[in-house]
Amino acid sequence: MNHALSQSARLDATFAALSDPTRRAILSRLANGEVSVMDLAKPFSMSQPAISKHLKVLEKAGLITGIKDAQKRLRKLEAKPLEEATEWLENYRKFWEGRFNQLDSLIEELKLSKRPSPKRKNKKGE
Amino acid sequence: MSSFVGTLKVEAKGDREIVMTREFNAGKDLVFDCFTKPELIKRWLYGPDGWSLDICTVDLKVGGKYRYVWKYLKDGSTMGAGGTYKEISGPDKLVQTEAFDEAWYPGEALLTTTFVETSGKTFITINVLYETKEGRDTVIKSPMEGGASQSYNRLETLLNTLAKTAEGK
Repeated sequence: MNHALSQSARLDATFAALSDPTRRAILSRLANGEVSVMDLAKPFSMSQPAISKHLKVLEKAGLITGIKDAQKRLRKLEAKPLEEATEWLENYRKFWEGRFNQLDSLIEELKLSKRPSPKRKNKKGE
Repeated sequence: MSSFVGTLKVEAKGDREIVMTREFNAGKDLVFDCFTKPELIKRWLYGPDGWSLDICTVDLKVGGKYRYVWKYLKDGSTMGAGGTYKEISGPDKLVQTEAFDEAWYPGEALLTTTFVETSGKTFITINVLYETKEGRDTVIKSPMEGGASQSYNRLETLLNTLAKTAEGK
């Protein structure tokens, strides 16, 4: 599965799936282990078909999988797509973090130069 | 690593937004200046490593324009971006459009930056709203140069600091 395109499409699906609060709640519920569709629907004031719709979106994005258990129709969380989405964001975060670290240094410098008394303070975490 | 450095949080929100939050160790007046005064912007927004912010003009009024031109030192190539200020409530809020000369994401983005001061520290939130979902995702997925080099840069800064401390400066 090394096609950039399919990865890109997968990422789109992941972000779309995560853009809904109900779906995020379902995922955090599944983070504790497999849950049946009926149990998943319980905390939400939603019909089972409505919940099933959300589950379909999550399944399509590969975020959850169904487990072959005809009796209970269990659902299970899949970590990989989430990791991928997090990785992309982390890349973006690093880019900006560098700039903001420069801003930290600048701010410290400006604060020092604004200080009226020319006291030499060395605050290099000793 | 200095203790004052805030942790940057980045989240994708909805279909078209990226939200960044971070804290800075200064009052909001000073932080707002760093976001709006060209001589200060130039001193931190030049990164990542290997880039410089050569041109930086700001006409800080509603309807006024700003423009940044970065230069990649290795080959002299440039990258320009700019936009228009939509709302200025200094030092609390700044709303501006953003578009790159060579559009690498479709349309323009709307940046809303808020500055909230609590006991001498300023908490900023930058909300970037893209015109399209594709635009937002393009930005998230772009292999932004400099993740690794910046880590080295920080390491270098840290080493310099340690060296100075060792000299007993």
